[in-house]
Amino acid sequence: MGKKIGVFVCHCGTNISATVDVEKVAEEAKKKYPGVSYATTYKYMCSDPGQKLLREKIEEEGLTGVVVAACSPKMHERTFRNAAVKTGLNPYQVEVSNIREQCSWVHHDKALGTEKSIDLVRMMTEKARKDRSLDSIKVPVTKRALVIGGGIAGIQAALDIADGGIEVILVEKDASIGGHMAQLSETFPTLDCSQCILTPRMVEVAQHENIKLYTWSEIESVGGYIGNFDVKIRKKARSVDLDLCTGCSSCWQVCPSKKIKSDFEMNLGNRTAIYIPFPQAIPSKPVIDREHCLLFRDARKKGIPPAESKVCRKCYDVCPIAPVKAIDYSHEDEIVEEKVGAIVVATGYQELKNNLYGEYGKGKYADVITGLQFERLASASGPTEGLIKRPSDGKEPEIVVFIQCVGSRDPAKGCSYCSKTCCMYTAKHTMLYKHKVHHGHAFVFYIDIRCGGKNYEEFSLRAIEEEGATYLRGRVSRIYKKGDKLIVLGADTLTGSQVEIEADMVVLASAMKAQDDAEDVARKLSIQYDKDRFFSELHPKLRPVESSNAGIFLAGACQGPKDIPETVAQASGAASKVQALLSSDELEREPVVARVDRLPPPLFSTCIGCFYCQRVCPYGAIEQEDIKARDGSVIKTVARVNVGLCQGCGLCAATCRSKSVELEGFNDEQVFAEINSVEFN
Amino acid sequence: MKIKINLSERSSDFAKEVEKRSGIKVKECYQCGKCTAGCPVAYEMDYMPNQIIRLVQIGARREALTSRTIWLCASCITCSTRCPKEVKIAELMDVLREMALEENLANPLEKNITAFHESFLNSVKKHGRISEVWMLNEYKMKRPKTALQDLVVAPQMIGKGKLSFLPHNIKGKDAISRIFKKCKPK
Repeated sequence: MGKKIGVFVCHCGTNISATVDVEKVAEEAKKKYPGVSYATTYKYMCSDPGQKLLREKIEEEGLTGVVVAACSPKMHERTFRNAAVKTGLNPYQVEVSNIREQCSWVHHDKALGTEKSIDLVRMMTEKARKDRSLDSIKVPVTKRALVIGGGIAGIQAALDIADGGIEVILVEKDASIGGHMAQLSETFPTLDCSQCILTPRMVEVAQHENIKLYTWSEIESVGGYIGNFDVKIRKKARSVDLDLCTGCSSCWQVCPSKKIKSDFEMNLGNRTAIYIPFPQAIPSKPVIDREHCLLFRDARKKGIPPAESKVCRKCYDVCPIAPVKAIDYSHEDEIVEEKVGAIVVATGYQELKNNLYGEYGKGKYADVITGLQFERLASASGPTEGLIKRPSDGKEPEIVVFIQCVGSRDPAKGCSYCSKTCCMYTAKHTMLYKHKVHHGHAFVFYIDIRCGGKNYEEFSLRAIEEEGATYLRGRVSRIYKKGDKLIVLGADTLTGSQVEIEADMVVLASAMKAQDDAEDVARKLSIQYDKDRFFSELHPKLRPVESSNAGIFLAGACQGPKDIPETVAQASGAASKVQALLSSDELEREPVVARVDRLPPPLFSTCIGCFYCQRVCPYGAIEQEDIKARDGSVIKTVARVNVGLCQGCGLCAATCRSKSVELEGFNDEQVFAEINSVEFN
Repeated sequence: MKIKINLSERSSDFAKEVEKRSGIKVKECYQCGKCTAGCPVAYEMDYMPNQIIRLVQIGARREALTSRTIWLCASCITCSTRCPKEVKIAELMDVLREMALEENLANPLEKNITAFHESFLNSVKKHGRISEVWMLNEYKMKRPKTALQDLVVAPQMIGKGKLSFLPHNIKGKDAISRIFKKCKPK
């Protein structure tokens, strides 16, 4: 028995009907197309009454196939399939013919538009005649999540997921979680102390029963697919046993290498070779910096295993843990494997390096510092204990010039974007400075003041009106040294004048940039990134926390410059997505996947085992399968598709030399039927 | 123009001085330009009204006080009425005029206006109000070139009783002179 196909042509208001004679399309379909037993038009097929019409006609007319001629299937294919499912029809018997985006919107001539629509609908009707019912594929879900990055984004996401009862693995590449937020002094627009609001959350992470924390660790590789990721994590050699160490601090007190520039202090302070990055570090247990440690340097020089070196060993000797010391020089990198169902990427950002601008001294002037360096100067736990002292001679600066948009909005330096946070943090810096140096003068060079956010505008005006910062509209052209002063040459375009300031210190509001290893991370996770190497969200408005790879979500500044409130909001958004994903035991996947044929003996399969398909598959979904005889001997090795990994791109089907691979829903029979139905004349 | 800012000449002092003398918070102006947009005499000005505030904000004392703008301002108060930040711009012009006179910085191109300004205020100081004839007398003495200006309207005005030759003093003359005394910069 042939199929009974119903054709439903949508007017889409006048979107389609203005350029296409929809009545004629329906009429032609009913009259001329084989298999079409019913055809009609409707003003808005996607509306509730439109869907009702579809359901009613399927039942009344006993339709076994449906073609909806409307907008792009990207828009409403799911809507119409869901409507059909309610009548008991298999969703893959419903086809959408796109007569809007690819016809009515791009044409003016109604006669030609109608003709083209008739052809388009005929093609889809032919395909619908060959449609087979498909069942969705069910894949089991691993109910654990991985969060990459232990800054505020990762912390928030991990806590939110863990609070929902899901086990979380949090991986941080540094020795402690906390990220950039731990470095900040006070936060806008409320001026509350950054560490005071962050450290309770860090402690919560450490104590949460559902969170497994890997610090000093990096992602080695990620395999698998949504619901079933296989993750390899490299635990870098810490040289300190986290289980044994109590964080008593004896070791870093005796360490003789005390003059190593601290990354955490943005090179304004020093640390030892065995160290914790900052006093509130989580875990509060040290790591040995093998590059600077005297023992490791000696071992490298002599080419002996570190444990055999006799140099220094002070930290080992002083370690009070007995009988086995917590310090172990022979530690090596360790790879651990974890299975997770979802991943949140929260790898954060880096501050633009200070040495990019020759005109600002190329990083040579000690008193030209970056925004994060100023944060450390203003921080009570920083190298100056919160006193504003300039790095060169420790003097209190009486005139400080702040320069906004250093790197940002500067296509010549490679960042065409706005870093979004600098206007606010510069306003904050002027306040912190004026609070600490009452008689000081703060000058800010800006291009625009962009303070879009709750209470942000008021905050920046407060800096100007109440704290007395002088804002000058223009970029700075050059900074040079004159005695112990820095001469800043700028402009004020509001008066149209050049401005020359004899400053004691200059603070650059440096741009937020993607991490150096962003591309590497993106490749490991198979997610897309943009021209600035920030990870791309799936849709800029409607899917802002999803990456291009299903089951992998984005949080924080790795997706684009963001301040703390926005980061936290996005992290919570990503966490709720993870919870929704992991709430069911099985995931349903579209059955549009490739299949390699299987035949009765003696052929077993037409596959000749060339595995070209395996080479072209971008998802690693093609496996090799041995077809064995009863005695266990291998008769032939053929390709097999892992339907969990297959994304239905069709590359294998196109590559296959023996036509053994078929893409369900788009097999040769269907596609050729479509093409052949078009009359060439 | 080049503005130099260093510790010895603290630039923000000018803004502070103006704020102190006028009670106007100059820092609150965010340079939206609405004052300039609606100013009926801006076409004659060397600096636009918003630029005058800007000069005060960044401490360009000389530029602000020697500008023609402060003398051309007709004190129609359109700017102050419309200002979103309620900065009293017209009132600020008054203070700048006073400062310019004190420091001998008034723009020489606007001597007529300065002379008129002074004659006007002297008349108020003396009588508590304007005495047209005596004020004009003083003004024309100061600017002899204007002696014959507008003379033709005098007979008409006298006929209508608009010009009185004897000055009228107001009741609270003492109070007025106290105000003048108080306003004198220390």
